[in-house]
Amino acid sequence: MAETVTLWVYRGDQHGGEEKPYEVPLMPGMVVLDAVHWIQAHLAPDLAVRWNCKAAHCGSCSAEVNGRPRLLCKTRLDEFVKEGVPVHVRPMKTFPIIKDLVTDVSWNYRVMRQIPPFQPREPAPFTLYQRDVDRVQEFRRCIECFLCQDVCHVLREHHEQEHYFGPRFMARLAELEMHPMDAGDRVGFIRETAGVGWCNITHCCAEVCPEAIEITNNAIIPLKERVADRYWDPIRGLFRRFQKTAP
Amino acid sequence: MLDIETREYDVVVVGAGGAGLRAAIEASGRGSRVAVLTKSLLGKAHTVMAEGGIAASFGNLDPYDGWETHFYDTMKSGHFINNYRMVELYTKEAPERVLELESWGAVFDRTEDGKIMQRPFGAHSFRRLAHVGDRTGKELIRTLQQKVVTQNVDIFAEVTTTRIFLDRQGRVAGLFAYHRDDGHFVLFKTRAIILATGGWGRMYKPTSNSWECTGDGAAMAFRVGAELQDMEMVQFHPTGMVWPPGVRGILVTEGVRGEGGLLYNAEGERFMLRYDPEKKELSSRDVVARSIYREVKAGRGTPHGGAWLDITHKGPEYIKRKLPGMYEQFKKLADVDITKERFEVAPTVHYTMGGLRVHPELAATNVPGLYAAGETACGLHGANRLGGNSLGDLLVFGRRAGMAAHEYVQNLASLPEVDEAEVRDEMRRVLRPFEVEGGENPYLIHEALQTIMSTYAGIERSGPELEKGLAELEELKARAERMSVDGPLHFNPGWHTVFEVQSMLLLAEAIFRGALERKESRGAHWRTDYPEELPEYGRVNFVQTYEDGRYHIRPEPVPEMPPELARLFEAGVAPGVLRARQAQNGREETK
Ligand SMILES: Cc1cc2nc3c(=O)[nH]c(=O)nc-3n(C[C@H](O)[C@H](O)[C@H](O)COP(=O)(O)OP(=O)(O)OC[C@H]3O[C@@H](n4cnc5c(N)ncnc54)[C@H](O)[C@@H]3O)c2cc1C
Ligand code: SF4
Ligand code: SF4
Ligand code: FES
Repeated sequence: MAETVTLWVYRGDQHGGEEKPYEVPLMPGMVVLDAVHWIQAHLAPDLAVRWNCKAAHCGSCSAEVNGRPRLLCKTRLDEFVKEGVPVHVRPMKTFPIIKDLVTDVSWNYRVMRQIPPFQPREPAPFTLYQRDVDRVQEFRRCIECFLCQDVCHVLREHHEQEHYFGPRFMARLAELEMHPMDAGDRVGFIRETAGVGWCNITHCCAEVCPEAIEITNNAIIPLKERVADRYWDPIRGLFRRFQKTAP
Repeated sequence: MLDIETREYDVVVVGAGGAGLRAAIEASGRGSRVAVLTKSLLGKAHTVMAEGGIAASFGNLDPYDGWETHFYDTMKSGHFINNYRMVELYTKEAPERVLELESWGAVFDRTEDGKIMQRPFGAHSFRRLAHVGDRTGKELIRTLQQKVVTQNVDIFAEVTTTRIFLDRQGRVAGLFAYHRDDGHFVLFKTRAIILATGGWGRMYKPTSNSWECTGDGAAMAFRVGAELQDMEMVQFHPTGMVWPPGVRGILVTEGVRGEGGLLYNAEGERFMLRYDPEKKELSSRDVVARSIYREVKAGRGTPHGGAWLDITHKGPEYIKRKLPGMYEQFKKLADVDITKERFEVAPTVHYTMGGLRVHPELAATNVPGLYAAGETACGLHGANRLGGNSLGDLLVFGRRAGMAAHEYVQNLASLPEVDEAEVRDEMRRVLRPFEVEGGENPYLIHEALQTIMSTYAGIERSGPELEKGLAELEELKARAERMSVDGPLHFNPGWHTVFEVQSMLLLAEAIFRGALERKESRGAHWRTDYPEELPEYGRVNFVQTYEDGRYHIRPEPVPEMPPELARLFEAGVAPGVLRARQAQNGREETK
């Protein structure tokens, strides 16, 4: 008999639900998503899960495994089997549930639409050096899994979605602000609309990011500094603004 | 009156991969009212997985590159059954499309002098692929996504289309779809449709493709009279992951070989030196895939049936900078540190060169108002796609489809009508799997299909095997008539799978029929009973139509290149390579 593992998977919708046990044959190198697919094919064809790439590229399969926000396609089962701990798979808590492991993440897409886009200072082709774009490229690694949004207590516990865009969009705003060819000015927006002030630098977002983006250190803190400069230290603010628009 | 959600647009784009988003940006930018439909969330389409880069002949590193050389490479690798006009437009327009991405916020890797970096790739004469590490597809889709949300385009995420409606005159009139989250139906009334639904690699296993790649768009179009072409041409990427079993098929980017990775068999021989002494590891995909396959068949395979790929000689720092995704992927999923160890690779299904036959400039199918772009369309790649030529294809022909659909809508004299009876029929058809009791499990039908395709229509083919496969497919199709599902309408993946399996079954037969008809070996299509490439087959594409449940196949002449393009091939080497050699000789003479 092949070795098996029991997965406790949340089954339910907005009316409630519970974790149900499923016994799955273990294969070498299996990830949680493989197990969920096995359950779909053999035990529960209507078990809802999002996924696309199964290679940690698309950010679709976000959920919580034993309480921790993770990508199901990147979470190995042997991690738990070795330790002898049971595996619990639940949907992300911060977003309203649709069914089983699938949540309604549409709020993120509404936020995305509000962000003032890239405004090129001159027509392409740009002359840009690798060292100038390294930082921007770090943020552009984002796979929009929204795990950072899931873990951020401002959204998860305090439900401040009306006031704070969350770490994913701080990274996006930082990427635009730090793009050497961008002529936009979003500092006011970052303070007023995106609500950077809500973040109290707990670093939880960076810890769960599967792309290892230093969201707090590299995006949020510099954005906070820009806001502080503009609003509390107008001279330094002007200087920065000048630096940014200078060729 | 029908009691379902009804929407009205000028242009409905099905698909939010690179092709769909580029098309939507174009059509809406010109003033059409546009909707984009996608089976998954915005920014998650299969395109996001593309790794290696976008081919565009900037010549940032190799100044002798130019569109003529890119044209030469593409035609040659396609074994000359490509549509030359598409190749010409593509190679001329690709650089402009890439720069457009840069001006929309894409941030490519840079050369030392501050230009877009370009990497070498299989069968490209020069360093040509604009890239961002090994996550170029993500950069492309994110840039387009960030652009499209600033335009007036309605995005319907997690909405699956199941049928195209035509009016009495045979023009596009609408689409039937359902919301995946709660299962409710939508009727889209529209003047034009752009299909950008991608390929059908999920028909096979192993495959590098995302779950979305089930050929829905091509299947829907085929059912309403659109023509399919070159269906026998299925690309096997030489390097998929092999071990552990859960990762089998996941892509190992060609970038690994582009950056210097070498292939060895179990005996430690660098076998590509034998199969293609000139291009070696960077030979075209069909050649490398077949070489690995042959090594394994000859008993020189690795423990899990593949070849070794080794890039350790490049050093950890270089590997982590140039191939960060690959490094992560192997470390995380296979416990292998590619900076220290070689790893196993084997061919995996990757791309479908065949698809909807389109007008080379307008991306129009033979059905009025129906357009197709990206992997679901056919013509650019011929018998074998070059790496990096798909992402460029999405941009060039996505834009062209958007332009052409917009024009078509402007010139439409009257509004096409959807026949309500057809809509009711489709509602009944879509709900049928819930009524069948104790029928077939759609997931298992899908698995059975993957076995049939990989066994009989895989890398190696022959007449008798294809016949056998076709017969098994017919049996499977009969079983699939009785697919059934339980549970609610809302987010029910079992139910969703039913329609995808239906799309794949329809196209699978076209692959067999095309493969049987092409009695030769060319590019990705390798027949052991006809191992030679034959000139008479180099002059035809096989085109298929579907009427009353029957497939019809006919040869169509490959469009002939005008003299100025044909001349590019006279020297037997790519024009840029020739110029580079002449310059080199000139320099030596003056020395
Ligand atoms: C791992 C990998 C790496 C690759 N690397 C490269 C590379 O480096 N360079 C390169 O040029 N090419 C590469 N390719 C190939 C390239 O990525 C694809 O060919 C290309 O992205 C296809 O894009 P598309 O726009 O045609 O369709 P896709 O990106 O496949 O998008 C299809 C869209 O259609 C939607 N859709 C499908 N059916 C329906 C339906 N019934 N209803 C509603 N919506 C539907 C989907 O939801 C999706 O939004 C790679 C492919 C893979 C798998
Ligand atoms: S650091 Fe800020 S954004 Fe990140 S989780 Fe903490 S509060 Fe949220
Ligand atoms: S920043 Fe990281 S955690 Fe947040 S959405 Fe992007 S990839 Fe996910
Ligand atoms: S399935 Fe794409 S990130 Fe997990």
